[in-house]
Amino acid sequence: MSKQTITLNVNGESLSAEAEPRELLIHVLREQLKITGPHIGCETSHCGACTVEMDGMSVKSCTMFAIQAQGKEITTIEGLGTPDKLHVLQESFKEHHGLQCGFCTPGMITRAHRLLEENPNPTEEDVRFGIAGNLCRCTGYQNIVKAVLAAADELNQPESVA
Amino acid sequence: MITGNFEYHQPGSVPEAVALLSDLGDEARVIAGGHSLIPTMKLRLAMPEHLIDLQGISELKNIAVSGSDVRIGAMTTQAELITSEQLLKAAPIIRETALQIADPQVRYMGTIGGNVANGDPGNDMPALMQCLDATFVLQGPDGERLVQAREFYEAAYFTARDDLEILTEVRFSACAGGFSYGKQKRKIGDYATAAAAVLLTKSADGSCTHASVALTNLADTPLYCADASALLQSKGVNDASIAEAVESAMEQIEPVDDNRGPAEFKRHAAAIILTRTIQEAWSRA
Repeated sequence: MSKQTITLNVNGESLSAEAEPRELLIHVLREQLKITGPHIGCETSHCGACTVEMDGMSVKSCTMFAIQAQGKEITTIEGLGTPDKLHVLQESFKEHHGLQCGFCTPGMITRAHRLLEENPNPTEEDVRFGIAGNLCRCTGYQNIVKAVLAAADELNQPESVA
Repeated sequence: MITGNFEYHQPGSVPEAVALLSDLGDEARVIAGGHSLIPTMKLRLAMPEHLIDLQGISELKNIAVSGSDVRIGAMTTQAELITSEQLLKAAPIIRETALQIADPQVRYMGTIGGNVANGDPGNDMPALMQCLDATFVLQGPDGERLVQAREFYEAAYFTARDDLEILTEVRFSACAGGFSYGKQKRKIGDYATAAAAVLLTKSADGSCTHASVALTNLADTPLYCADASALLQSKGVNDASIAEAVESAMEQIEPVDDNRGPAEFKRHAAAIILTRTIQEAWSRA
C-alpha cells in the first residue's frame, strides 16, 4: 500500500511523516519522528509503556495506527518537562524513587499526568486504579503511587507552577 | 508486530460507511476503538484489505436519554459511558460495568458498539445488554434493522449482524431498581473468569416486581438466564430463592478449561459471583 502523509501535532509542534496505513503510532513516533520517550514494551496493549496523551485521552500508541491519529494533538514525556526543568511529576518520581530501570516511567508519568488533570485530588485507591494500565516490573508500585500522590499535593500548592 | 497491508478509509457518515462496506465486501472490516481488531490483525488472525474507520462519524458518538428511552451511539467510548451523568441516572449499571472493563487507556478508546458487536464471549457489555433487554440497531444496504440483544449472539464471534451491516446504536429502557455487575477476574484488565449482570426491582411490600439475570464468559455466547429471572420474580428474593436461581443459571453455563482455570473451577466461581451479585442488587433495590 502506498505511503500517506500523516501530520501530527506532537508536543506543540506540527510534524509530518510518510507512512503506510499499517504503521502503528508508536512506530511512527519513535522511528520517523525520533520521539523515543514512549517505549515499546509488550506491543499487545497490556503494559502501557507506549502511553501517550492524545486529545485529552491517555492512549496506548501500540494499539492505534498512526493514520488514525491524523491531525491530533499528542503529548509525550518530552512535552512535559526538560532535563533543565523537570515537570513536577518527574521531580516527584525522582524524589520518591518511583523508578528503577526507568523503562515504564515515560508511560507511567504521561498517564499520571492525565489522571491528575482529571482528578487533581486523588486518593491512593484512585491512583492505583488510574494507573492500572501501566505495568512496572521493578518498583512494586508502592513508590510510584507515593510519587503521584506527592505530585498531586505539590501541584495543589497555591504557589506551584505546573 | 506488524499487521497485514490494508487501505484505510474514514467515512464521514453512516450511509457513506455502509456504501463503502457494500462496495468493498468481504475484504473490508469496520474498525471502532480497535482494541480487539488491531491485536487480532497483529496476530494476522484478521487480514482485512480495507479498514473502514468509524471515528469520523460524529452522529455515532452520542448518548441520548429521553424519558425512559436510552440510546447510545456505537462509537461512544467506555470512558464516555463512565463520565455521563445522565446515563448514571438512567442506568447506573452501565458505569459499574464499564469501570470493570480493561484499563483506563483501553477505556478511552474502546467503544460500546465494538464491545457488543464483535461477539467475543469475554466482552462484558453483551451480557449487560441482554440483562437490560437492549435492542441493537443495524444499518445495511437494505436500510435499518433492529435485533434484540437476547437474539443477537449465535456463537463465539458469530452474531446476527450481516457482514454488510454496521451496528450503529444500542437502545434500552432506563432501569430504576437495584443493580449490580459482579466480575471475577485474575487481574485488572482481564476478561472475566465469571461475571454476572443483575437487575432487581423491589416493590413497597418487599416483593420483586422485575428481575433480570445474565452471565458473561461462561459459554460461547453471553447467557440471558430467563428461568433464574422468572424464579426471582415469582418467589421473591431470599436465601432459598437465590440458591434456586443460581442452580438454575448454572444448568445453562458451558464453561471450558483454559488459562483462567478448569471448567469445574469456573462453575464454582460463577455460582459465588452470581449469588453475590444478586445479593448486592437486592440490597440496592
